[in-house]
Amino acid sequence: MKFTAGLASAFALSAVAMVATAADELPACEDCADQMTIVSWGGAYSNSQLQAYHNPYSEMTGVEIVNDESSAEAVAKLRAMNEANNVTWDVVDVVAADAMRLCDEGLAMEIDADTQLAAAPDGTPASEDFGDLLVSDCFIPQIVYSTTLGYRTDVAEWNGAVPSDVCAVFDTETFPGKRSLEKRPINNVEWALLCDGVAKEDVYDVLSTDEGVAQALAKLDTIRDDVIWWSAGAETPQLLADSEALLGSTYNGRFFSLIEEQKQPVAMLWDAQVFDLDGWIIPTGLDEARTARALHYVKFATDTQRLADQSKYISYGPARASSAPLVGKHAELGIDMAPHMPTDPNNAKNTFLYNYEWWADNRDDLDAKFQTWLSQ
Amino acid sequence: MTASTALDSNTSELAQGAPLTTKDGQPLKRSLGRALRREKIRALFLILPLLAFVLITFIFPIGDMLFRSVENSIVEKTLPGTVVALQDWDSESDEVPGERVFSALADDMMLAQELKIHTRIGTRINYDQPGISSVFRKSGRRIKRLDSDASKDAFIALNAAWGTPDAWTTLTSSAQWPESFPQTAIAFDNWKAWLASEEGDDIDPSTQVPYGFTYANLFHDLSSMENGALNNLAKSSDSAIASLFAGVPDAIDNFPTDDFKGQFADIEKGWVNIQNWQAIKRLSPAFTDSYFLAAVDSERTEAGVQQKPANERFYVTLFVRTIVLSIVITLACILLGYPIAYLLATLSVRSSNLILILVLLPFWTSLLVRTSSWKVLLQQQGVINDLLVWIGLVADDGRLVMINNMTGTIIAMTHILLPFMILPLYSVMKTISPSYMRAAKSMGASDTLAFWRIYFPNTIAGIGAGSILVFILAIGYYITPALVGGTKGVFISNQIAYHISSSLNWGLAAALGTILLVLVLALYWTYDRIVGIDNVKLG
Repeated sequence: MKFTAGLASAFALSAVAMVATAADELPACEDCADQMTIVSWGGAYSNSQLQAYHNPYSEMTGVEIVNDESSAEAVAKLRAMNEANNVTWDVVDVVAADAMRLCDEGLAMEIDADTQLAAAPDGTPASEDFGDLLVSDCFIPQIVYSTTLGYRTDVAEWNGAVPSDVCAVFDTETFPGKRSLEKRPINNVEWALLCDGVAKEDVYDVLSTDEGVAQALAKLDTIRDDVIWWSAGAETPQLLADSEALLGSTYNGRFFSLIEEQKQPVAMLWDAQVFDLDGWIIPTGLDEARTARALHYVKFATDTQRLADQSKYISYGPARASSAPLVGKHAELGIDMAPHMPTDPNNAKNTFLYNYEWWADNRDDLDAKFQTWLSQ
Repeated sequence: MTASTALDSNTSELAQGAPLTTKDGQPLKRSLGRALRREKIRALFLILPLLAFVLITFIFPIGDMLFRSVENSIVEKTLPGTVVALQDWDSESDEVPGERVFSALADDMMLAQELKIHTRIGTRINYDQPGISSVFRKSGRRIKRLDSDASKDAFIALNAAWGTPDAWTTLTSSAQWPESFPQTAIAFDNWKAWLASEEGDDIDPSTQVPYGFTYANLFHDLSSMENGALNNLAKSSDSAIASLFAGVPDAIDNFPTDDFKGQFADIEKGWVNIQNWQAIKRLSPAFTDSYFLAAVDSERTEAGVQQKPANERFYVTLFVRTIVLSIVITLACILLGYPIAYLLATLSVRSSNLILILVLLPFWTSLLVRTSSWKVLLQQQGVINDLLVWIGLVADDGRLVMINNMTGTIIAMTHILLPFMILPLYSVMKTISPSYMRAAKSMGASDTLAFWRIYFPNTIAGIGAGSILVFILAIGYYITPALVGGTKGVFISNQIAYHISSSLNWGLAAALGTILLVLVLALYWTYDRIVGIDNVKLG
């Protein structure tokens, strides 16, 4: 009790300090809308944004922030809003691949990182601070998350064997039982090829050929009867908790809450974790006051301190290089968050950043082949 | 007696041709017609809100969505010059289009990237030609850096007047414009749009000289003219035109070009891939059948319409599965619902009320809650399997797989749709008098015979109504199959939802939806033919 109270007051202090510093750096927004709608994914993730970005921003500027939890359908809804000429969202949280699509469709506005985003405290321009993570002209990266593997630690049939790499998914001899994988080709075909002896740098070259796709599907075919396919990130934790599946893939943040918060007998692997990015876009078609407000908000919410703050509430890595040293302890559990970041050097020994450009080109094609394979 | 006399006199009057009139002398027929019309208009006003509501919220959006399954004007709108230039290109030849098409492409892309719509068309063509979206995306920013002034410089070197805005005023007001300059006319419009976007609306294009892309297209229009036509321009009776084109017929063959083809090939080698060009040409018309073809696992190639390779065919399978599973679910609902409806109709009011509540209770529960409960019940470590293992009916390592497959979909959906079968059946059974059965039995029929000959035929109307409701609801379901269907128990609606909200291929979603709609209408028509829709009773 005392501990929590102490922590809370420490947080309150830091929040005050934070607002003060931010007010110094960020000039007030002139002629800006005083209300904004921010769209995100809901759940623990939205909560982390509320604590780290929305509340300090509202406190600083007095802007009223309306939360909408529609990120899962953001691309389709934005297109519909755009066609109806009535865009009601100001800032939208989407994964990088969706940001790319929105940019391609002209539904998201282009951002110049160096002039429109905050520089790092040491003056490094934003474009260098974010580096390679600026995968699209319209995308403002926020977090790095990864899709990775977890497994139950109490499986008697495995006779003490413990999965040590991603290929355990394909090893039904040593690790019998159901495994849960995401119901889409992305990640699965890459893992299949990696575990079929293809070198990491050759994966997309191989996948670009019909034979390569066939090879990946053939590898997946060896575990076809053992797979439960998930489509929502919450499914694998549930399946693992029920022993319905014994190993499976999901986002690293889900594993964190399953293992650290719910204390389930589950462990996770960082091997061959597939990095993905999540961040903001600003829709096109907003009037000037709203655009200005949206830009003002993202400049605040993606500065070095704010990105580091978010990791107090959820185990996703901040997208700025300069934020990494600032990652502290979990706001409630009080454990060090750095070792739980996908970007932590110990975890990032063997990672895989998927090729957005390649998937933008081939997603529809691969999806058709994957779905056909699934339905056979 | 009096009435019949009056009628007689009326008919006799009619027979004589004397018109009936109202009190104020108007012919009765017209007066009646007017009164009826007024009634009709008043009735129309009453339903007007509903009519407007249905039109605005239902017919219009659905029509708009279905229209997307054939609409394809994006190619023509984004690459107008290229589409025109491609008309002369033989897509069955082994060669990529020539410099003429590439100069039109450069011009179209210059405007498209200014308006930031070049990636949008890439996405569209990518549905039919995987890989092309990055070709467009990567080209966008580099278009501005293309060398494009060779033709412009040559024109100006020949005659300095070509470098003035007046040259273009002369050209565009000539009698030959725009028929003789198809590509130039489009390029000139593109340039005006580019200028408006780049410089704002207040700049007057007639005071500006177009950029090199426009001249490149003019060069191609002129050099593809027949000799006579070009000479006619130079000797035109319009002196302004004649002086502008003086010397052009002789010099045009020696004009340099910018080698747009080579420059595009440097930007992205996809531009010299013949299949990409075949796709662009194939998708040039404003209407396309490509979505419908994709929806039935086919594609149009240079060799004509053919089935997709076996590893990409699954929509037809999915349609068949959707219909078969919907029929199975309907039959399961009849089998389970009939006895319950019978109980409801025959038991005392008190017990039947209790059963009715039991039937309706799940009906009032959220769909997601019900579906998730089925997960808890049916999964391998779930309640039912635990129970079976505990009884000893199945071994611990042989637990039944009842979810994430077709079984899961059938069980969960039958449960969800059961009330839609029970309620119409119940309301029909309620109207069957018990005396029918008693009468049959009194005449010596056995229980079975009396049921099949007397009771059952009376309930067919209810079965029909329930089946139509259940079947049509089932065929469009997607939440439940997505949650419990695994890979083999998903419906076509799941793919429609995927293309609407994830892949953004709305054209394909619309085509799939249209096919589903037509299938349902066809089944409805068949049903009407065989059973007769008049026999359907909801109560």
